[in-house]
Amino acid sequence: MKNSLPKLIGKRCLAAATSLVFVVVTVFAVTNILPGDATDALLGQNATPQTVAALRHGMGLDQPIFFRFWSWLWAAVHGEFGHSLLNGLSVADAIGPRLHNSLLLAGAAALIAVPASLFLGITSAIWKDTFYDRIVSIMTLGVVSVPEFVIATIAVYVFSVRLHLLPAIVDVGSVHSLGQFLYAFFMPVTTLALVSLAQMVRMTRAAMADTLSASYIEMALLKGIGPVRLILVHALPNALGPIVNAVALSLSSLLGGVVVIEVVFTYPGIAGLMVDAVSSRDVPMVQACALVFCVTYLILTTFADIVTILSLPRGRKA
Amino acid sequence: MQLASFLKRRTVLKGSGLLAAGMAPQNGIAAPIFGGHLKVAGVVGSASETLDPARQSMATDYIRGRLFYDGLVSLDDMLNPQLALAETLDSDGFVIWRVRLRRNVRFHDGTVLTAEDVVFSLLRHQDPSVSSQQYALAKTMQSVRAISPLVVEIVLNAPNADFPAILGISNFAIVKAGTKDFSHANGTGPFYCEEFAPGIRVIGTRNPDFWGDRPYLDSIELIAIPDDMARHNALMSGDVDLIATANPRLVQMLKEGGFGIIESPEGTYTDLSVRLDQRYGRSADFVEGLKYLFNREQIRQSVFLGFSRIGNDQPIPPESPYFNHQLAPREHDPDKAQFLLKRSGFWNEILPMVCSPAALGSVDIAVVLQYSASQIAQKIAVQRVPVDGYWTQYWMKASLGFGNINPRPAPSLTLGVGFASTSPWNESRWHNAHFDGLLSEVKSTGNDARKRQIYWDMQELIASGSGVCIPNFTTSLDAYAPHVCGLRPSQAGQLMGYDFARSVWLRGNRGRAT
Repeated sequence: MKNSLPKLIGKRCLAAATSLVFVVVTVFAVTNILPGDATDALLGQNATPQTVAALRHGMGLDQPIFFRFWSWLWAAVHGEFGHSLLNGLSVADAIGPRLHNSLLLAGAAALIAVPASLFLGITSAIWKDTFYDRIVSIMTLGVVSVPEFVIATIAVYVFSVRLHLLPAIVDVGSVHSLGQFLYAFFMPVTTLALVSLAQMVRMTRAAMADTLSASYIEMALLKGIGPVRLILVHALPNALGPIVNAVALSLSSLLGGVVVIEVVFTYPGIAGLMVDAVSSRDVPMVQACALVFCVTYLILTTFADIVTILSLPRGRKA
Repeated sequence: MQLASFLKRRTVLKGSGLLAAGMAPQNGIAAPIFGGHLKVAGVVGSASETLDPARQSMATDYIRGRLFYDGLVSLDDMLNPQLALAETLDSDGFVIWRVRLRRNVRFHDGTVLTAEDVVFSLLRHQDPSVSSQQYALAKTMQSVRAISPLVVEIVLNAPNADFPAILGISNFAIVKAGTKDFSHANGTGPFYCEEFAPGIRVIGTRNPDFWGDRPYLDSIELIAIPDDMARHNALMSGDVDLIATANPRLVQMLKEGGFGIIESPEGTYTDLSVRLDQRYGRSADFVEGLKYLFNREQIRQSVFLGFSRIGNDQPIPPESPYFNHQLAPREHDPDKAQFLLKRSGFWNEILPMVCSPAALGSVDIAVVLQYSASQIAQKIAVQRVPVDGYWTQYWMKASLGFGNINPRPAPSLTLGVGFASTSPWNESRWHNAHFDGLLSEVKSTGNDARKRQIYWDMQELIASGSGVCIPNFTTSLDAYAPHVCGLRPSQAGQLMGYDFARSVWLRGNRGRAT
């Protein structure tokens, strides 16, 4: 049984690497199919044939597309992600601080959302169809149906514009202490946590309720096992798979799917960087951002898969 | 020709401050206060932000440029060139220009400004690989050489009386000779570049060795908030003191909240250009009919919410001293339009009209035009295309397409770029030998009365002959918090032609948050 585990992880990693290559090829192709190139963003209306030609040559855009892709891939395999076509800065240097910001925001949101959603999901499954369950359901459904920009905009209007309690924009550069962090990050983190929480609560509740209705739980109950042990030892391991998958999906969307939050709070994160890079056709930057999102997604889902397999004895044998 | 010496703007302000000393401080009348930290939010921020003056192309770039760099000449609120790094500027028949530099001007790294720096700064625009925004204008300089450590001689390939205005374009700012790395700004401007994080923020601190009048602010921070709502929220919540490009719909609310608005009458316009060398434009009746179809007042009211000035199909704005008053804007005349369109043979055809949010207000203008057309049973198909790549993929390529043109600092430049036969930016491909002759004549004329006459004639020629329809000139709106003082409207564009940091001051002396 233990011997098969490394093999299993190896298989998962191979699948992940294949997806990665597929994503990179697709993103490169799509970015190049879009009309225009990076010279548009730099020269705009003042472009002349001479400056466009010189710039394209300097950026290597006059080379065939396959050659460009191959040289990018070759460098990327060696850990070199190239330079931004727009400002010549190294892609790694540009992404570094942005990724840090995004991880900070996502991490803080996850820290609140994951424990809270597990708690709410499990408890509402236990007290299924009670008043408490109804309240949690209504609230999570409500939050899931309201787009995050509405929540964020209302929060900004109330807490910043009207009450002057919290900043309307997140000034990452001015955060030096925990107090400043809480002040600056309170609204974006709460908004993000609320949005991702709702999905996780619903998935946790469904998985847990399903398990709790199984006959072996009834059996355990009849044997006289206490409620805490029943939930944690008998029910939870069997519900873990779907829960971990829901959590992994929610977390991966916390990193890349927060463009809206970044826009509303003017937060310098990596999602905004990628949108910016796409609109200016900064191919190396788009590629690197896509890689970051893809790797995060793959790590989280692979992790979820492994946890699912390990938590289920029948999965381990497969 | 010798330009008037640099106007001592500060002395004027000080005088008014003394007058007001006995009175209680009122809006903008109180004596300016030194010190404080100003936080400004622009609109466009991206990784393509640059500190290279040659490549500056966005509003936030221009603001940064004016913080850290100086040109030989600067443009005032009326777009008149004023001497900046140049102490004198003389010409010989407007072809050979001699610049004598100010003494003891220091770059931020402490080195002294010399003629060599000027030669480097101007000539680098001619290198295509620098990809300068002003490549075409720089090509008109045949030679630039240092005659002595403080004197530069520039020889043009043709006379140009408006050359000082060209030197006032912020792309032609002076950098240290040999500069290749623009991750940091080493200019002569009133602020040092303390931090430059493209797409995130820029911080400038006051340059104590600045050659000109000392700026009031201790430091300034510039960020970009592309989202309209977020930008206004940031102003109203007190997170920023000043925002560029206020939404016309929110102006009333901002005013009621005690915020100030600067309405700058710029020469920027969104135009519909009809390619005269393609299908529709070959018929003069069609072009004229289309010009009569524009309901200019309706466009002003519904597209620009009143924040624009009516245009008369030529690019010189009403505020310019050279604006032709006798050239009235065409009235909205559906009958005439219908008659002319019918005569052109294109009536009953569905006209494809390319517009994009890239050209400010063009989608709305197209819709207003479509409505006017529907009144005379003329069909227009509005083709809205994306912002990305608009300027290279669609602009000047469609038979009927919209453009958005920023004014140049002198009428001869605006007219030359957009309407000279040889200009690559001649939107409607209008060729008029008489116009070209007038253009070269006006460039070599020092006589102001003659100049005015020529400009008036040129405006008439454009309005009647070219395929460019200019229904409105846009008015730029910026908004500021009540404690921000010293801002005023400028013809040079938004935020006092991006140069506000040299005049703005803060009441209540707000320090920089730590």
